Amino acid sequence: MTTAMTPTTTRELRYREAINEALRQEMERDETVIIMGEEIAGGAGREHLGIVDAWGGPFRTTVGLIQQFGNQRVLDTPLSEAAFVGTAIGAASTGMRAVAELMFVDFVGVCMDQLLNNAAKMRYMFGGQVKVPFTMLTRIGAGFGSAAQHSESFYSIFSHIPGLKGVAPSDPYTAKGLLIAAIRDDDPVVYFEHKGLYGNTGPVPEEPYAIPLGKARTVRSGSDITLVGISRMTWVCTEAAEALAPEGVNAEVVDLLSVSPIDYDLIIDSVRRTHRLVVVDEDTPICSLASDICARVAEEAFDYLDAPPSRVTAPHTPVPYSRPLEDAYLPNAARVVKTARGLVTGR
Amino acid sequence: MELDRNMLLYLYRTMTTIRHFEERGIPETGQRGMSGSVHSSAGQEAVPTGICAHLTNEDYIGSTHRGHGHCIAKGVDPKLMMAELFGRVTGPNKGKGGSMHIADMSKGMLGTNGVVAASVPLAVGAALTSKLRRLGRVAVAFFGDGGANQGVLHECMNLASVWKLPVIFCCENNGYAESTPVEYALSTARVADRAAGYDMPGVHVDGMDVFDVFEAAGQAVQRARAGEGPSLLECRTYRYYGHTVFDNPLSYRTQEEQDYWRGRDPLLLFRERVAPGGLVSIDELDFMDLEAQELMEDAIRFADESPLPALEEIYEDVYVDYPLDLMRRGINLEV
Repeated sequence: MTTAMTPTTTRELRYREAINEALRQEMERDETVIIMGEEIAGGAGREHLGIVDAWGGPFRTTVGLIQQFGNQRVLDTPLSEAAFVGTAIGAASTGMRAVAELMFVDFVGVCMDQLLNNAAKMRYMFGGQVKVPFTMLTRIGAGFGSAAQHSESFYSIFSHIPGLKGVAPSDPYTAKGLLIAAIRDDDPVVYFEHKGLYGNTGPVPEEPYAIPLGKARTVRSGSDITLVGISRMTWVCTEAAEALAPEGVNAEVVDLLSVSPIDYDLIIDSVRRTHRLVVVDEDTPICSLASDICARVAEEAFDYLDAPPSRVTAPHTPVPYSRPLEDAYLPNAARVVKTARGLVTGR
Repeated sequence: MELDRNMLLYLYRTMTTIRHFEERGIPETGQRGMSGSVHSSAGQEAVPTGICAHLTNEDYIGSTHRGHGHCIAKGVDPKLMMAELFGRVTGPNKGKGGSMHIADMSKGMLGTNGVVAASVPLAVGAALTSKLRRLGRVAVAFFGDGGANQGVLHECMNLASVWKLPVIFCCENNGYAESTPVEYALSTARVADRAAGYDMPGVHVDGMDVFDVFEAAGQAVQRARAGEGPSLLECRTYRYYGHTVFDNPLSYRTQEEQDYWRGRDPLLLFRERVAPGGLVSIDELDFMDLEAQELMEDAIRFADESPLPALEEIYEDVYVDYPLDLMRRGINLEV
């Protein structure tokens, strides 16, 4: 079932609970769905001591799954990302619908070959003989004092790879709907959970629903400038839009949701009305989604632009540890306001 | 070990088909300007033959860049393979993969693979599918002595042992990773020694002797089917040519060494072992050589007569479902 981009329910869940519910409902619906990863249950193999589900996942997104589905469908793995990501891809290409969890996107280096050279390319190289219904859950986001190897928002490198899809949900509603869509999809999908959103609550329908991959949504209408946010940056954009309103600047906010396919059409339609664009991206700027969206808008909507397509992003540095540096690293509403104001008023 | 006549014929036919494919198909591919990605497995025929003799179409294999022999032994049609090498739409991969990516899912062939040891986790994943769905299938992960030193292999041997998966890790040790001799790059005397670290049987066999391979593979496959877990099987073999068609192997190995291994040719060894037994006559073996020769001429003709892909096929099969507009937006291939 595909559904609209906004919920019509009053039940509230946290972002992490929405992820958990999507996994549980898909595993109930389809017995070929399996999930594997590090600590997704925790304390593995200690059933004889009465220990099951010791952690429920490092961020408790997988809690309860092993009790319901058992240790043959909920597989704690050794710390061997190349092996288990590749194994999940192999299982997906031979009849399973496999989900693997890479604890942080920064760890992708150790298993990238399996994503780049197998998951992404098998269908093409094999002339369409195989489907790879593989979902890789992973985590992004700075702001937690986790330093350079646990904080990045590297989705653009996946957008760059033909054969992969990617989604970056921004709230509990999109977290559930996009995860269900990702698991049901017959192509490999990378699902980016933002660590800063896990505690956020929002309305989430109880029944399973899929939000279509490749569609952005407009979360605030406006006429003077388009702010495009990705994942948590969507809420930095809305905060900036609220701050700009009293100045008479009416900002539209687009929540990208899918990092591949990218919904250029929705962004370009918006820019044709607002004539200005700022892409707000927690990823680093060079060869980024922000750069790509600006280039696309410049190519296809140049005549509609009243100002240069612009970016507010992290700097081209690793994520720093110390609090003032990390705070400065992250794009915030003040930076977005300043950039947007400059584009609208020329000041 | 007693093998019936049908099995003997099957083993020889498979080996001579592989040999003829390599000897005839690779130069022909080169003449069509596409030899850059082709690696000959001539000399190594006994390994895939002896192993795949224990497998059915339901079982899986993951292969390497030197994988024509694996394909043929697993039942992929050499005519279609030749078309794939020539980049024709009649290839199993519609000409999109070539020598290093030949796959035939209908035969459980999970692809030759251009990245060393990269197909190992695919085979492990297929074994996981078999175990979880109780399919009774096994998977064989082929890799070379070069692949023996890849991290992903070691992670996979550990994982497969922990999960008791029905998989056979098969090292085709042909003595060289590109030009690097195995005795330089391997920390242990044998690849098979490493099995001890993963609590699985590690067996070293003469990879030029199809009967030796057949027997060891039978035990490993039986163990896997019985749910007792993975095995590591190292087959010492030799490739007659360079890493690709472009390098001169005499730049890193001696003529004497090549002559020694050519003297232990797997087809020759088969003839020496089988002829005195009388189950199969030399004439029959000669006839199978002729059949393989004719098969290659047919295959070359079939491939040459097959169409090349149309330009629009560049966009096909990237995904099951993706907006075509996003793949071609702003791109004009016609200019």
